[in-house]
Amino acid sequence: MAQNGSGGLAQTVAEHQDEILSEWLALQVSGGALQSGRIKEAELRTQCRTFLDLLRDGLEQGGTDPEAPAFGRAKEVLAEVSRSRGMQGFTPTETAAFVFSLKRPMFNALNRTIEAAAGEGGGAVRAASAATARDTWDVTLLLDQLGLHAMEVFMKAREDIIARQGREISELSTPVVKLWDGVLALPLIGTLDSERTQVVMESLLQTIVDQSAEIAIIDITGVPTVDTLTAQHLLKTVAAARLMGADCIVSGIRPQIAQTMVHLGVELDVTSKATLADAFRVALTRIGRAVVKAPRAEAAAPVAARRR
Amino acid sequence: MATGDDAARGTAVLAIGSSDDVVRVRQEVRSRAVAAGLGIVDQTKIVTAASELARNTLIHGGGGTVRVESVSQGVRRGVRLTFEDHGPGIPDINQALKDGFTTGGGLGLGLGGSKRLSNEFEIDSAPGRGTRVTIARWK
Ligand SMILES: Nc1ncnc2c1ncn2[C@@H]1O[C@H](COP(=O)(O)OP(=O)(O)OP(=O)(O)O)[C@@H](O)[C@H]1O
Ligand SMILES: [Mg+2]
Repeated sequence: MAQNGSGGLAQTVAEHQDEILSEWLALQVSGGALQSGRIKEAELRTQCRTFLDLLRDGLEQGGTDPEAPAFGRAKEVLAEVSRSRGMQGFTPTETAAFVFSLKRPMFNALNRTIEAAAGEGGGAVRAASAATARDTWDVTLLLDQLGLHAMEVFMKAREDIIARQGREISELSTPVVKLWDGVLALPLIGTLDSERTQVVMESLLQTIVDQSAEIAIIDITGVPTVDTLTAQHLLKTVAAARLMGADCIVSGIRPQIAQTMVHLGVELDVTSKATLADAFRVALTRIGRAVVKAPRAEAAAPVAARRR
Repeated sequence: MATGDDAARGTAVLAIGSSDDVVRVRQEVRSRAVAAGLGIVDQTKIVTAASELARNTLIHGGGGTVRVESVSQGVRRGVRLTFEDHGPGIPDINQALKDGFTTGGGLGLGLGGSKRLSNEFEIDSAPGRGTRVTIARWK
């Protein structure tokens, strides 16, 4: 059901659609919409034309309530435009300008209905003015709502990018490294929450298999918080590694973390060492290697541990 | 909850609806703890307690909120956290506080542990109504 006044509004838009479109485009171009080079004029024109068509359909069928289902398609297109702008690195202002720069062409079109009534005498002008004032207000509310919708989608797109980057970094920052034949190290850095822990633990277990490792050192120097979930992940990994024939050593438990773990009541039933270096020394001993001091002259390339 | 000469120095309410939110809670609590002048051990304690309670709110309570307050009492400064959810509630609080008690395959240490890690601990829960846990750590 068309709401009061929107029938006129839809009609005004339909009658002046070409002027609205070209004015709207011109405003965006003069406002610098194409300057960044991220979007071509043809693409912008298509976006504008599509959105304006759908907006007009919405006004015809749904009045001026942006929540009406009639505006569904218009909002979808707007969401698509905003999302792609979010991905392409447009600024919020540039993105918001798409909707907000439509106001002036719309107001101009509405004002033209007053001019058109001028020939028909004072009564007609007064009636047209009243209708225009009302329509102007409706259009303002509608476009403001649509503008907010565009910003929400835009922000969501940006947040998704940040979240994805975060995940990428977290995967990158947990390599399983080989310290010696049969000795692996997993230097953990950052938050040990569900998803990431899963990835890290799987890659550790896989590397244990691939390299027939006997000892895996899990270094948590870079983990800011060890709570019960982290502890549980660590315990599960240690247990799984053990089943595969590898022993784990946990290193890098800082004093504040140790105290907190005691209060929390978690016990890691596993060898632990203060530093990765200490853990490495233990690992070497266990596989029958030792670190000895070599005379300097011999040590063109310093040898840390003597092989059999 | 707030006693007479408690002055709230700033309050933030954070939603807890995903494990990312748990990370955000820890970060907010960490920065409040630093701002309150808590040492590294106390910081770690309150952040860890916050992590436990936030995850309980998420997992057992079905999501909720935490209110993070920087508080002061005379010259003492601290951080107070109020976790709230409208989940199933806890039928037997003493049992839930016992080490090793879990209904969700956890270690069953989070709730009791967060009590031991805090200077103040208050829990209010009833089946069907939800759960509210308030903790504070002072410098
Ligand atoms: N917000 C809550 N709503 C409903 N039940 C809760 C809530 N918080 C805790 N519980 C109940 O109390 C029990 C004990 O909580 P606690 O945090 O000690 O252990 P857990 O969460 O099961 O395991 P974890 O050691 O990983 O924390 C939970 O298993 C759950 O049944
Ligand atoms: Mg818990």
